Amino acid sequence: MTGSRSGSLPRYILQRVLLVIPMIWVILTLVFIVLRVAPGDPVSAALGGKLNDEALDQRREALGFNDPLIQQYWDYLTSVARLDFGTTFSDNQTVLHVVRDNGGATLSLTLAAFLIALLVGIPLGLVAGRYRDTFPDVAIRIFGILSYAAPIFFVGFLLQAYVAKPLGLPTSGSAGVETVYYMERDGLNRTHILLFDVFLSGNSYYIEDALKHLLLPAVTLGLLICGVFIRLVRVNILQTMQSDYVEAAEARGIAQGRVTRRHAFRNALVPVITVIGLQFALLLGGAVLTESTFNWPGLGQKLVEYINDRDYVAVQGIVTIFAIAVVLISLLVDIVNALIDPRVRY
Amino acid sequence: MRTLLRTLAKPFTETAGLARWMLVIGLVMTSLFVVLAIFAPWIAPYGFAQASSGGVDFPKAGAPSGDHWFGTDRLFFDVYSRTVWGARTAIEVVILSIVICVVVGVPLGLVSGYYGGWLDRVLVLVMDAMFAFPSFLLAIVFSFLLTGLLGGTVLAVALSLSAIYVPQYFRVVRNTTVSAKEATYVEAARAIGASDFVIMRRYLLNNVVQSVPVLGTLNAADAILTLAGLGFLGLGIQSTDAAEWGHDLNRALADAGSGIWWTGLYPGLAIVLLVTGLTLVGEGLNETLNPTLRVRRLLPVVMTPREER
Repeated sequence: MTGSRSGSLPRYILQRVLLVIPMIWVILTLVFIVLRVAPGDPVSAALGGKLNDEALDQRREALGFNDPLIQQYWDYLTSVARLDFGTTFSDNQTVLHVVRDNGGATLSLTLAAFLIALLVGIPLGLVAGRYRDTFPDVAIRIFGILSYAAPIFFVGFLLQAYVAKPLGLPTSGSAGVETVYYMERDGLNRTHILLFDVFLSGNSYYIEDALKHLLLPAVTLGLLICGVFIRLVRVNILQTMQSDYVEAAEARGIAQGRVTRRHAFRNALVPVITVIGLQFALLLGGAVLTESTFNWPGLGQKLVEYINDRDYVAVQGIVTIFAIAVVLISLLVDIVNALIDPRVRY
Repeated sequence: MRTLLRTLAKPFTETAGLARWMLVIGLVMTSLFVVLAIFAPWIAPYGFAQASSGGVDFPKAGAPSGDHWFGTDRLFFDVYSRTVWGARTAIEVVILSIVICVVVGVPLGLVSGYYGGWLDRVLVLVMDAMFAFPSFLLAIVFSFLLTGLLGGTVLAVALSLSAIYVPQYFRVVRNTTVSAKEATYVEAARAIGASDFVIMRRYLLNNVVQSVPVLGTLNAADAILTLAGLGFLGLGIQSTDAAEWGHDLNRALADAGSGIWWTGLYPGLAIVLLVTGLTLVGEGLNETLNPTLRVRRLLPVVMTPREER
């Protein structure tokens, strides 16, 4: 087993990286088939009624929609390879530009939500697993089920209706109008990620404003994933507590609390690291809903806008970028996994 | 008949304590919504898109009262009636999408696993790609297309939901087929000259569909949430075609700041209760079927002191 060439880490990573290419190709093909081959013509869907027939046909010709499908497919693949995701119909921006302007807001929202989910989910999961079938376990499990069962926009509605007003918290946007205006005027938007920019500016008023805007959306999204963590940590604890080495530790007469802390908890948390990465896809879906609920100026909000405008190119571009991001993140998770746990490397 | 009953009762007889309670409570909650869905026309006092009764207009965004238990919304609709009718929409969509999933996913998985070869590889690759894709985004893309083609109908939304879950059914059925086809009884069937179709239909199908009901229950909870999410984004069913909780919550969001809580609270609670019910059933079943989660109950051994002679 040990020392064989097939078990080497660089080889595993190389294999995994090479596997990404067909995966992305299949996903791109899927996106193309779904959005381009399906009946309905993107140009007239987006601009019909705004332009006359001749102008519509010109646009179609210019965008290559009159070409044979196989040509369009090839053009799509090669332009994605050149990192060109197209230009939107409705506001004539490149998709990359849209991602640069709105991706940062989505990133800061998801990171904050992740943090909240970990801080709430892991301790609750540990307690529930440790005190199985007692009152805390039942209460925590019900909380876990409810946090999954309550849709994002319902939690958002409840927070807006009952929490926002008494605490004086804003419920719309990622910062106040003033903050956004002055940040832009004074050239402080260095990273195009508002949350980072306000911290870089060092202005406490801007920081407080941005954090206040972030709180409710992040809690809403965080609650969704925290249920997943509770469940996962709890099941892992249950399985670890039944394992032989825990029993062995108990048999050696080590105090119950010490066994739990030093032997069970640590090992139960290892699989959590791997699953964290897998939650990214769930988080992305949740982010779309959170952004709509709190009018958060992120990519998900933009996607919904373009969908309502029936802007095929923009939808295709954003979906393509999301898909590539998911594949790359799962690659990253696998590599980190292989570094942590040698068994993964076959 | 008796074996069927025994199979149905298995989750009850093989669970104890908390797991059984979760299962029972979940079943009660779920059946409550099934009853609401079936008897909606008799339970709901008004239609889902009815803004007046007996020539009298309903109040606009009126608070809960004797006439309107849950109040009325900004479109003059009765919130109680819409919440009840919403159960029918939700259950219709979920049942339809699960049927589509089974009809598409099970045969595909069976054929793919049985024949193997390039067809199997291509299907596995496509299904894996769909599975890797963020499921809610997949539903958004499909409903974007399908509502364009079919309008905001129940069928369009059910089809979009199926796009998420078909890969799961495919995977489960394909993998069990791959291992089941190696069994000796399949070899024996082939030896006596059974055709591929007969082997799949009569020998493999029964063995590979066992996990489908559990998968269905677990997916149903997720499907309710996805349906509501699509409705919330305005991609689902239009509010004049049917009552849909997610769409109602979208319209209620504008009221949240102005103290009108009843338009959002009741449809939201309905989603939470139905999803919780289905999740409890799923968890209860899972705990029965997943032996690693079972508690090892140790019986205390009492050593009676040996009598000294």
